[in-house]
Amino acid sequence: MNIAECPECSATITFQSQPVLHELVRCPECGAELEVVSLEPIKLDLAPTEEEDWGE
Amino acid sequence: MKIAIICSLVRPEEKLLIEAFGRRNIPVEIIDDRGLRFDLHALEAWRQYDVVIERCVSQSRARYLLRALSLAGVKTVNTYDVVENCGDKFITSQLLVQHGVPTTRVKLAFTVESALAAIEEMGYPCVLKPVVGSWGRMVVRINDRDAAEAVLELRDVLGGYEQHIYYLQEHVKKPGRDIRAFVAGDKTIAAVYRNSEHWITNTARGGKTSNCPVTAELDALCVAAAHAVGGGIVAVDVLEDPERGLLINEVNHTMEFRNSIAPTGVDIPGAIVDYALQVAGEK
Repeated sequence: MNIAECPECSATITFQSQPVLHELVRCPECGAELEVVSLEPIKLDLAPTEEEDWGE
Repeated sequence: MKIAIICSLVRPEEKLLIEAFGRRNIPVEIIDDRGLRFDLHALEAWRQYDVVIERCVSQSRARYLLRALSLAGVKTVNTYDVVENCGDKFITSQLLVQHGVPTTRVKLAFTVESALAAIEEMGYPCVLKPVVGSWGRMVVRINDRDAAEAVLELRDVLGGYEQHIYYLQEHVKKPGRDIRAFVAGDKTIAAVYRNSEHWITNTARGGKTSNCPVTAELDALCVAAAHAVGGGIVAVDVLEDPERGLLINEVNHTMEFRNSIAPTGVDIPGAIVDYALQVAGEK
């Protein structure tokens, strides 16, 4: 099962497709932006915060 | 063929690119820019790649790593020059003017006093932007002299040195939307309207996308803008002026496209992959 726990609110997050390492996901419960930091098992951590030179 | 994508995080765009390579049965290596170390005396290992696709969310990292890869003779999408030219709004504007591409009026000033004089010359409202920045961050519309003095004082007192470079742009009375066009090489592959009740229409700020037909005029204008900054894969932001017609606003070098695939029906990640493969195959 492609599921993981939100490190912020402990909600269970279900991935619709196979996650990729360092993928960004948003917790549907608390809205936290998270990064996939491990695949086996799937682990999430808070994503880095936006910096001044981030963008397109 | 050996291909790498360097990125800071795997956003929806990077995942779509990985999937597009997968559909072509081409393996792609994902390199996290947070772990990179460049030794300028030992860049040979990078030559194993036929092409490296730069997808960093950090412009500074993109600039430095592309400079290093360029030094190593590695082909990249985009090139160092494109990132350098698009990453600084004044350089973009300067190149558009130099190449005769219709664009908004822009003034540059270095002090509060000269910036205020430039604003008064340009007239109200006008727009003040950081020369480096994205997603509409710190972009302000100045409606009168009081607002101008307040904003300039704040930037002077609180901002770092880059905030003391005052990039002023005329305010175009656009019709509640702007156009985001995607250029790959010599072709505009898709375009969307970014609709918003707010004058800032970035999708990162809530703008909603809908399909924009790629007319011959829009294609020619956007390709000219892309070529002016060095070509490659870019997203061109276009404003519709009620009197002068289409004007280039900005050109983006590491474009986001997640919200533009469904309304246009265009396989944008597939087009990027095809362009990268073309670059990889070039002698």
